[in-house]
Amino acid sequence: MSADGQRTVTWLPEIRRGGFRGALYGDTDPADLCGYPDHPPRMGFFTDTSVCIGCKACEVACKEWNGVPEDGLNLLGMSYDNTGGLGADTWRHVAFIEQRKPVAAPDAGVAREGASDQLRWLMAADVCKHCTHAACLDACPTGALFRTEFGTVVVQEDICNGCGYCVPACPYGVIDQRKDDGRAWKCTLCYDRIGDGMEPACAKACPTDSIQFGPLDELRERADARLAQLHAAGVADAQLYGRDPDDGVAGDGAFFLLLDEPEVYGLPPDPVVTTRDIPSMWRHVGTAAAVMAAGAVAAFAAATLGGQR
Amino acid sequence: MSRRRAEQPVVPPAEFTSYYGKPILNQPTWASPDIPGYLFLGGLAGGASLLAAGADLTGRDVLGRTAKAGALTAGLVSVAALIHDLGRPARFLNMMRVFKVTSPMSVGSWLLGGYVPAAGVAAVTALTGRLPRLGAVATAGAAVLGPGVAAYTAALISNTAVPAWHDGYPEMPFVFTGSGMMAAGGLGMLSGLLPGAGPGEAEPARNLALLGAAMEAAAFERMEHRIGMVAEPYSRGRGGGYVKAGKALAILGAGGAALSRRSPVATAVSGVALILASAATRWGIFHAGLASAADPKYTVVPQRQRLNERTLAASRALDAD
Repeated sequence: MSADGQRTVTWLPEIRRGGFRGALYGDTDPADLCGYPDHPPRMGFFTDTSVCIGCKACEVACKEWNGVPEDGLNLLGMSYDNTGGLGADTWRHVAFIEQRKPVAAPDAGVAREGASDQLRWLMAADVCKHCTHAACLDACPTGALFRTEFGTVVVQEDICNGCGYCVPACPYGVIDQRKDDGRAWKCTLCYDRIGDGMEPACAKACPTDSIQFGPLDELRERADARLAQLHAAGVADAQLYGRDPDDGVAGDGAFFLLLDEPEVYGLPPDPVVTTRDIPSMWRHVGTAAAVMAAGAVAAFAAATLGGQR
Repeated sequence: MSRRRAEQPVVPPAEFTSYYGKPILNQPTWASPDIPGYLFLGGLAGGASLLAAGADLTGRDVLGRTAKAGALTAGLVSVAALIHDLGRPARFLNMMRVFKVTSPMSVGSWLLGGYVPAAGVAAVTALTGRLPRLGAVATAGAAVLGPGVAAYTAALISNTAVPAWHDGYPEMPFVFTGSGMMAAGGLGMLSGLLPGAGPGEAEPARNLALLGAAMEAAAFERMEHRIGMVAEPYSRGRGGGYVKAGKALAILGAGGAALSRRSPVATAVSGVALILASAATRWGIFHAGLASAADPKYTVVPQRQRLNERTLAASRALDAD
């Protein structure tokens, strides 16, 4: 870890030490892995959905700051969600879930008899996860997607040629192609702001501090404390999502506190970065190519031995 | 949030939760016919380059010229399809900015960058009769790179979060190279009908087609069987339709190739059927992948099952302590 920003680690020695897999899978500091010699601590978001009030100030602030175009003025019939999901023109998305579920009220002091039968309204501001091992970045053939010194993942719009490979690579359905423009777009974690010591637009605009920005180490500590607090208050379903450095993407730079299972919010329950399997994929490709060449040799040998010529 | 029941219960629990039934993944932006065509033509080109090299070594001129022309045409059209599918075609050369082994699209761009010129020189020298030594080198080069061109596209689609593509990654390269052998074999069989073709001119092509058809079928079968419910889109809907058409055409083509060696009509029908069979399989795999990305079931159910098993194992381990 490099919270002190002192350790100098380049990519190649990292691979030599941890093997090629270490560069593709498992806990690591992504800025170290990419060879930033003297980088700031890894920055991220902790989105505590238990205090989200669904005001969508984050969606608006993101659009305003980043100049993200309008993405359709729709009534989707999904509670108060008229945005639908993350995409090229939606970098923050507030999900609204209405459910009747026997749950404890978070504030035991004001819980009423029978409160558990009432409608529960969940709101959550989704965003790019800035994965420790980011499939979009691994898949990008042009180098348009890159890892910043803050450990975040950003698209360079002057490089992207719109091949679209990052889109199905992302296990969360975040990055997408802007149709009239052809290029891929997603949250930059306001690279232009955080470089100047400001917090990202969405976090700045959030009136309840549901969206918290800061060094990932600190955010993780804060999230653990908040989770313990909620569990103590009887909110048994509360869980952290994307916090665990041992998960399939080695943890997210933007992680969440959820009040139900991830799939309820449209999040994959156990995402894995596809490039975890790339060494095995290349081995299989190599074998299949060799078999093909051997097949051709056999096809000619059989024709010759068969006396057809 | 919506709860829904899958049409047919399968191995994992068929009930799952989603956000208003919306997909977890963003849909691939790749379009048909560009990308399935690209997958198909890469296989055809790679197989044809192997046939071309073999034909040169065994003195089969007509087969050699046919295979080289076919390889170059398929290679050029596949590159054109790839460029056409880009959101910014004018920036195609940005593919050559970097070389990344984690990106099959990057590896493939470099592979094609070597392959297409080699196949081009091989074809032009063969058809014009000029610079035979250069032609021999280019033919050999194209034959070395050809199997890679045919196989890498399997890693291209498997290296995604699309369940039907990713989960099938161990077998997919064998489906693709088998399919490429079948298509190239079908093309080569047609050369036996051309003027100047000797007896047995196209026999290696026929053998290659039969080997390829068997390999594609076996690998596909194994893949579908192994990946369980995620394989559903390979037998349903648009993808399933193409896959079934591909199987029928492969049986027709392989049957014809094996049984009626003497009949020119049967050879022509079989050759065309084998080429179309390969194309249909690629279109089927392409559309099955889209379907598996569009339905949250294929993302959520296997992941939820995996997570539950892990939680269960962890709690058992805790109990044992």
